[in-house]
Amino acid sequence: MIKLQHVRKVFADANFTALGDVSLDISDNEFVTVVGPSGCGKTTVMNILAGLDFPTGGQALVDGETISGPGPDRGVIFQQYALFPWLTVRKNVEFGLRTAGVPRAERRRTAEHFIDLVGLSDFADALPRTLSGGMKQRCAIARAYAVNPSILLMDEPFGAVDALTRVRLQEQLLRTWSQEKRTVVFITHDVDEAVFLANRVVVMAARPGRIVEVVDVDLPYPRTEEMRLSPAFTALRNRVWSAVYHQETVA
Amino acid sequence: MTVVQADAEVATASAPAPGRRRGVPKAVLNLISVGLGIAIWWGFSLAGHDIPAPPEVLSRGRELVADGTLLDDVLASLGRVLAGFVLGVALAVPVGFLMGWYGMVRGLIEPWVQFFRTIPPLAIIPLAVVLLGIGETPKIFVIFLASFLACVIATFQGVVGVDKTLINAARVLGARDGTIFARVVVPASTPFILVGMRVGLGSSWATLVAAELIAAQQGLGYRMQSAQLYYDLPTIFVGLISIGVLGLLMDRILLFAERRLTHWQERR
Ligand SMILES: Nc1ncnc2c1ncn2[C@@H]1O[C@H](COP(=O)(O)OP(=O)(O)OP(=O)(O)O)[C@@H](O)[C@H]1O
Ligand SMILES: [Mg+2]
Repeated sequence: MIKLQHVRKVFADANFTALGDVSLDISDNEFVTVVGPSGCGKTTVMNILAGLDFPTGGQALVDGETISGPGPDRGVIFQQYALFPWLTVRKNVEFGLRTAGVPRAERRRTAEHFIDLVGLSDFADALPRTLSGGMKQRCAIARAYAVNPSILLMDEPFGAVDALTRVRLQEQLLRTWSQEKRTVVFITHDVDEAVFLANRVVVMAARPGRIVEVVDVDLPYPRTEEMRLSPAFTALRNRVWSAVYHQETVA
Repeated sequence: MTVVQADAEVATASAPAPGRRRGVPKAVLNLISVGLGIAIWWGFSLAGHDIPAPPEVLSRGRELVADGTLLDDVLASLGRVLAGFVLGVALAVPVGFLMGWYGMVRGLIEPWVQFFRTIPPLAIIPLAVVLLGIGETPKIFVIFLASFLACVIATFQGVVGVDKTLINAARVLGARDGTIFARVVVPASTPFILVGMRVGLGSSWATLVAAELIAAQQGLGYRMQSAQLYYDLPTIFVGLISIGVLGLLMDRILLFAERRLTHWQERR
């Protein structure tokens, strides 16, 4: 259970209010997507949830406790892939297991499982520089999954891949999520993607960063390609779209 | 977007590669260039500029190899360079890491590093000779200083420049400071350290020969210095060529190590 209570974030050195007053509850195993224009504070929210940055006002809680730093309960997939370039796919995926002191054999088995899950078995011993953007992203997903976090924080993970790969990755992500249930906070600025993946879409606006609307998506899982064309989907997408688009005039 | 950009970069970076990688033309060009250089040298000596002709230098080289002087000199010079260089790097790497990792250490050490960096190591020689005598110590000390300064700055910059996202990625995977240092900061700054080592080796080698010109009983610099007294140009040429070839060899060895250790880097 994630709880943001009147979270404010002011970057003192720049004297810039990145987050005005953000309040949001996310329950366990929920898939929440966050959409909003560039610079509205999405990454800032994620950093706070990850424990890499701290609010300057209000409170950020996980399971009732104030977030005091990164923890193994929260896996993060960064906007830039952030793979360790000197480690192979396998070693990248094993990184978190190694810091947790998991014995070698078990480490290997777990890594194998998640590499397989994201379809990178043939590239387990490849270095990141030899992977395409989509493959790097899947490696980052496997690495985050491997430590078995109950919360996954994903910052525009599919931002840098082509449309087709993107659709595949979305389906793969939903499949993985339905196999291994977790709370997912997924940041994107693609409205289609936000609606397709989520239980709930959180729409943010900038200056100061704030939540302007939360849209419930009551389409059943598994989500299929046909659903993307359904009137229900289109209606939801339009609603989210106008919430993102019309905020200029509102603000 | 980023992918498109990256691909474009890779494309431009590797575009000339097929031509380069064919290898043979480049090697041939190098050979032609060397041959031309020797021909020009020969031309100058024929034109009577007091310059010894290549065969003369070659036969002097043979003599010096035959009576063992050249080998002794090379070993003496290499021994000094390696001793100073190894000491310099061995101290520079931990100091560079400390400077990059702890702001306080940086504040304390940086002014000195920056100050000594502006002094050419050669300018330290007179002081070193007066304080440390004319034995091996002042020469090794000066070489040590040269390689230390080059390497400490490179290491420090490598540590400071480590991508913050990689550190964050390690943190969210449960890594603490020690682990982050050993498994992120060290590998991420290795390319910088290796470049620093190459620069350091180059400046060590240059400093060494000059140090030997001043006070030594053996070594390539000494040999050239004493040849100068007898106007023995062929020996000077043999010395110069040996210095150049050895310097090049050492650089290639480090370059090779660099390639091996940092093959994971993008764009190479
Ligand atoms: N360390 C910082 N110091 C000062 N300002 C910052 C800092 N980090 C972020 N900001 C500002 O806070 C705002 C929100 O940044 P954030 O990275 O959260 O945006 P975002 O919604 O993730 O944008 P994008 O979609 O482009 O990734 C931006 O205007 C940015 O300039
Ligand atoms: Mg962002």
